[in-house]
Amino acid sequence: MSEGTIKKFMFVNRTAPYGTIYALESLEVVLITAAFDQDVSLVFMDDGVFQLKKGQQTKGIENKNFSPTYRALDGYDIEKLYVEEEALAARGLTEDDLLVDVTVMSRAELGKLMDEMDVVLSY
Amino acid sequence: MASIEVNGKSYETDEEGYLVNLAEWNEEVGAYLAQTESVELTDQHWEVINFLRDYYNEFQIAPAVRVLTKAIGKKLGPEKGTSQYLYDLFPYGPAKQACKIAGLPKPTGCV
Amino acid sequence: MLHIVNKSPLQRTTLESCLRVAAPGGAILLIEDAVYAATKGNEAEGKLRDALSRFKVYALVPDLEARGMGDRVMDGVSTVDYGGFVDLVAEHKNCQSWL
Repeated sequence: MSEGTIKKFMFVNRTAPYGTIYALESLEVVLITAAFDQDVSLVFMDDGVFQLKKGQQTKGIENKNFSPTYRALDGYDIEKLYVEEEALAARGLTEDDLLVDVTVMSRAELGKLMDEMDVVLSY
Repeated sequence: MASIEVNGKSYETDEEGYLVNLAEWNEEVGAYLAQTESVELTDQHWEVINFLRDYYNEFQIAPAVRVLTKAIGKKLGPEKGTSQYLYDLFPYGPAKQACKIAGLPKPTGCV
Repeated sequence: MLHIVNKSPLQRTTLESCLRVAAPGGAILLIEDAVYAATKGNEAEGKLRDALSRFKVYALVPDLEARGMGDRVMDGVSTVDYGGFVDLVAEHKNCQSWL
């Protein structure tokens, strides 16, 4: 990447937390990317919307509860969080169930946004 | 696995000297780790160390330097929210050195 | 027979396969990402509700709590802890893990 070039990065999160390592891996890469002053958007679609569910308590499964880290993203200047409207509905969730402020978008709108990106990473 | 001994008690560390179990940390352990880093702890140091521990408890990560600087400025005053101030306190890097003394893991993305 | 499912119902077809094949009278234990199938409002709710007349259905509490879903388990599904998981395995003459 040449110096001074700002690219539009989109991280597409489609998996639930804990069942697989994808959600945590994505979050770590997002935090690293933030250090490079790029234009970062996060999308939560399909089961990925579960990553943002309030009230996660992981003591019983002896895993690290990484859900509080989504609330740190703001401090990393990552403010573009998009959530698929249809995915929330299909899972009985509403915006109130989520632990951070997000922009809820339809699939069609997300698709348009995805089209505008330079780099899209899928998890 | 490496370990350190403080006041007759053994604490597990990783190969770089970071405490493995965050919950085991106490001020004596912090003071010991500071000694291994040749950092003489003052109230200003403790202010940053306690800030880091609070940050970790809230967000479950150690902040990147840029994020730490900004957050310290907000919480402790703009004169302290500069990398100069933090590097004066922790010459080998506020994130790296201060996190180690605070018993936190190495910040994500810090190599 | 005890059937153990661990995949999300909206991401994989594992639960459907299990429900198609499992002989009535058996038990189904939902663990890991499969616990979402036992929650109210999930699109898979109907499928699981139909299955409740044919099977005993259980969901693992630590996995529900980890996902913040402990308070929205649908009626008719029993919740079990790890001890209950072990009991279920011991009670049944065989089990199938649908990976």
